[in-house]
Amino acid sequence: MIYKLIVFLPLLGFLIAGFFGNRIGAKATEWVTIAFMAISAILSWYVFISVGFLSHAEDLVIQVPVMQWISSGNIDVAWSLRIDTLTAVMLVVVNTVSCLVHLYSVGYMHDDPHRPRFFAYLSLFTFAMLSLVTSDNLLQMFFGWEGVGLASYLLIGFWYKKPSACAAAMKAFIVNRVGDFGFLLGIAGLFFLAHTINFDPIFAATENIANDHAVAVAAGEQVPVLHFLGMDLTLMHAITAVCLLLFMGAMGKSAQFLLHTWLPDAMEGPTPVSALIHAATMVTAGVFLVARMSPLFELSPSALTFVTLIGSITALFAATIGLVQNDIKRVIAYSTCSQLGYMFAALGAGAYGAAVFHLFTHAFFKALLFLCAGSVIHAVSGDQDMRRMGGLRKHIPITFWGMIFGTLAITGFGIPGTVIGAAGFFSKDAIIEAAFVSASPLAGFSFWALVIAAVLTAFYSWRLIFMTFFGKPRASSDVMHHVHESPWVMLIPLIVLSVGALFAGVVFAEFFYGHDYSEFWKGALFTGPHNEVLEEHHHVALWVKLSPFFAMLIGTVVAIYMYLIKPASAKAMANAFPRIYAFLLNKWYFDELYDFLFVRPAKKLGHFLWQKGDVGVIDRYGPNGIAALVVDVTNRVVKLQSGYVYHYAFAMLIGVAALVTWMMLGGAL
Amino acid sequence: MSDWPILSTVTFLPLVGVVLILFTRDDNETGLRNIRNVALLTTLFTFVVSLFIWVNYDPADPNFQMIENHAWLGTGISYHMGVDGISMLFVLLTTVLMPLCILASWAAITHRVKAYMIAFLILETLIIGVFVSLDIVMFYVFFEASLIPMYLIIGIWGHDRRVYASFKFFLYTFAGSVFMLLSIMAMYWVTGTTSVPVLLEYDFPVNMQYWLFLGFFASFAVKMPMWPVHTWLPDAHVEAPTAASGVLAGVLLKLGGFGVLRYSMPMFPDASYYFAPLIFALSIIAIIYASLVALMQTDMKKLIAYSSVAHMGYVTMGMFSATTEGIEGSIFLMLSHGIVSGALFFCVGMVYDRMHTREIAAYGGLVNNMPKFAVAFMIFTMANVGLPGTSGFIGEFLTVVGVFQVNTWVAVFAATGVILSAAYALWLYRRVIFGALEKDSLKGLLDLSMREKFVLYPLIVLTIFFGVYPEPIFAAIHGPVAQIVQHYDAVLESTKNIALPVY
Repeated sequence: MIYKLIVFLPLLGFLIAGFFGNRIGAKATEWVTIAFMAISAILSWYVFISVGFLSHAEDLVIQVPVMQWISSGNIDVAWSLRIDTLTAVMLVVVNTVSCLVHLYSVGYMHDDPHRPRFFAYLSLFTFAMLSLVTSDNLLQMFFGWEGVGLASYLLIGFWYKKPSACAAAMKAFIVNRVGDFGFLLGIAGLFFLAHTINFDPIFAATENIANDHAVAVAAGEQVPVLHFLGMDLTLMHAITAVCLLLFMGAMGKSAQFLLHTWLPDAMEGPTPVSALIHAATMVTAGVFLVARMSPLFELSPSALTFVTLIGSITALFAATIGLVQNDIKRVIAYSTCSQLGYMFAALGAGAYGAAVFHLFTHAFFKALLFLCAGSVIHAVSGDQDMRRMGGLRKHIPITFWGMIFGTLAITGFGIPGTVIGAAGFFSKDAIIEAAFVSASPLAGFSFWALVIAAVLTAFYSWRLIFMTFFGKPRASSDVMHHVHESPWVMLIPLIVLSVGALFAGVVFAEFFYGHDYSEFWKGALFTGPHNEVLEEHHHVALWVKLSPFFAMLIGTVVAIYMYLIKPASAKAMANAFPRIYAFLLNKWYFDELYDFLFVRPAKKLGHFLWQKGDVGVIDRYGPNGIAALVVDVTNRVVKLQSGYVYHYAFAMLIGVAALVTWMMLGGAL
Repeated sequence: MSDWPILSTVTFLPLVGVVLILFTRDDNETGLRNIRNVALLTTLFTFVVSLFIWVNYDPADPNFQMIENHAWLGTGISYHMGVDGISMLFVLLTTVLMPLCILASWAAITHRVKAYMIAFLILETLIIGVFVSLDIVMFYVFFEASLIPMYLIIGIWGHDRRVYASFKFFLYTFAGSVFMLLSIMAMYWVTGTTSVPVLLEYDFPVNMQYWLFLGFFASFAVKMPMWPVHTWLPDAHVEAPTAASGVLAGVLLKLGGFGVLRYSMPMFPDASYYFAPLIFALSIIAIIYASLVALMQTDMKKLIAYSSVAHMGYVTMGMFSATTEGIEGSIFLMLSHGIVSGALFFCVGMVYDRMHTREIAAYGGLVNNMPKFAVAFMIFTMANVGLPGTSGFIGEFLTVVGVFQVNTWVAVFAATGVILSAAYALWLYRRVIFGALEKDSLKGLLDLSMREKFVLYPLIVLTIFFGVYPEPIFAAIHGPVAQIVQHYDAVLESTKNIALPVY
């Protein structure tokens, strides 16, 4: 019952807000949805504690059936809830952040005429996300997956009068669909291999596969099981193919390299949306997917290597773009992209616990950063360009401190060798160490990419703080005159999240990825017999352990130098390397490239097929051609009816002659 | 109750309405109102009666049920009716959509109302007749006759280029049907019967199957429509009045798919297997080609028409995968598409009634003063895109899963439709609904009227309900589909064992 409440209360909130929002008024809508979310959040913490800490079962999975969904042939999927530690962690993340964002939105959206719609969408999103993380089969997960996509689309395009918002919403949905293309085929492929898409039987099957495979290899019997796109795949390769297809879905949803282009544009949505959907929860769905499917991914080292590759590239690539952006939300968006890359790098290294741990801490500090950014934007009358900010520290002190805490967390501030440190100090460092010790052939590359990305992270995070809060005010005096701290309803979420950003790491580190790992996870995350990342990561060399710390230090110091001590040096840098600067500022020209490669050709091809294919060929030689032919023939036939008797007589004569000939010859034969 | 000829009742009930309308004067407002009311009540009553078919239907029995069989035309040809789970659902789809069509024509049709309503009611009888016929000649008669009222509706109450469109519609479908008639005659000569249940048991020689299959397929492919014989559809849709588009997309296109399931696959399994690669190729082309063309349309109805072509590509692909998932998926997709595309055409009709243009460029920002319409349109758009939770998803998913087991190339190409459909559908939505309300002509538009709500809201309920709980539909089709698949596999066992799956 408690689990159903957690999932369905937000749905109820959505329905009430959606159907009756305009009738009961904005205020009532807000408090109804917030109340439901609060209950949901409190219950989630209860479940988290009871599943993760109070229970002493070795393997813990609670399944709550809801109702039948699709049964066709071998496909038999039901709506049901699956609760284990991984789900419990996600429940806490989703509901806590969602509840705080609901609350925050009361202040942030205060002047918007469409508040009931906004809160309806927020609750709809939360429901979809919850059904994603509680799913017991891949199809319900896909339902949640697309549901959050829909909610994201609606919320990015919330201000539908802005053309840029509409475009961004569409882009987000369509790019995500590219990922879904892979996800869908992955599900189909897995169904082909396992004849089921429910988790338990899949996981049960994977246990035997590794053994059977070893036997088969020893006996030299490698039977192709899947004929995929002209390739004969043995079971292991087929699993790799399925993993890669599923991962394609994850790349779309989590905005990884190549499918990342929608995330920065998604910042067109209201800021609370960015905090909830595009930082803390939805974009981590890809991480959740891989973690959930860890029994499958563990079977395929090649797939994990690919995950590592994409994750590491994203971490580094997004950070480089973040260095030069001027829109405060876009900086944080690229930072999100980069941090998600860290999580995937950890997943690829086999350190699922570290990835989910970072997901957990990241949710707090990134939501905090976004909500603080929202508070800043709120203070400067809606402007998002950091070049027109500066000197806001004194005016909005609580927001300032929130931002500082968030930045400490994301840069991984802490004192090595002690337990003093913000959240990122534990989770990010764990990932970097895991990348170093992993058995992946890309371990070295991944480690260095992540360390360099850590330098960049520290730089752009502090750059944001310095440009926004320090120096002289660059906003117009009119705007500066109106600068004000946000109302309490917005500040309370900042304070709560600050606590999370500072302490989530130190409190939970040993459980997520440390001594109490197996007691905490209870089998929710699977690690194969050859996966010793967790064990080895305690024995890494000191310089490896210290590298994230020094990376953070370097980035911070450079930022201090360039933006506090010598503010002119940043511009000088940009002028000294105009090509690189433009390359980064234009986001590596990915949008232009995709426009050139996909969008315009698709439109041209569509136009061509329509005008040349349908109209020019099929219609011309098909119905129109036949019609014209008929008219043509008829016209000729008409000429036969000349009205002259001698014409007819002549025709008759020929006919008689032919008939006689035929009869004579026919008789002869 | 069991003796009551319920199928005949449902089939011919609309004709009772026709008789009533014939005796109603149409030279004053009261008369016109009466005509509309009679048409609406007739279709509603037909719907209610048709529900009894569902009640009487026994899902445990995969054979034809509620059979009526009387001698009709001399030897062999008989008046023979019956339903299995598949045809029952199509009958219901028809009876659900018809009252909504009448409602959608309420204000849009102002001249020759009497004739219009009569045409629609006759159309309903003929369509239901196609689904319940168990005699192949009777099937052919209904199948062909259903052309005529539709031809008239497009030709008389259509828009500017209605004559061209109606001729094109007629030419295409009739050309296809000629071949089907030849096949039917050939079957009669060989077997001496026109009874469908008997023909289903008959094993036609393989060589003959090829020709029979092609003959039937010529007709069904046009009806469906498959690429490259699809070009009548966009024109017909564009010129047809709203309700006719609704029926056309909602039910008439399904006659093709239904025909394949009832006749082509079970009667000519060897030929179906033989031609499957060709059908797969045509299906993929339909999905990708039609989606790309839809992307560039400037006319709302044309866009939705092309999207129908793409969706029918999934249907044919799923059927010819000959897997349980694929076939059930294609049936589900046809039913869902009947609801969703019908609803989309109704939506377009509603703005057309207000603005008298289908040009996408003439719209923009409708959400500002038509929020309820915007929500309804959004739900149907998402269902059209195949969002899980709507009925549109289930069929698409199952057909892809089904075909993946047979041919992964096809599955991969078909899955690109997931991306393309999102592109054209959302782009349409954005241009019509979103944006600021800048055009003066749009500023006075009113949101949905009570009548329009009665048209759209039931369809919304169906779309969501069957997306979340499709079990009633699956329960009805498991039996007949299992029979089709078993028969198919049994016949092809030898062939299949040699050539293991998948290209």
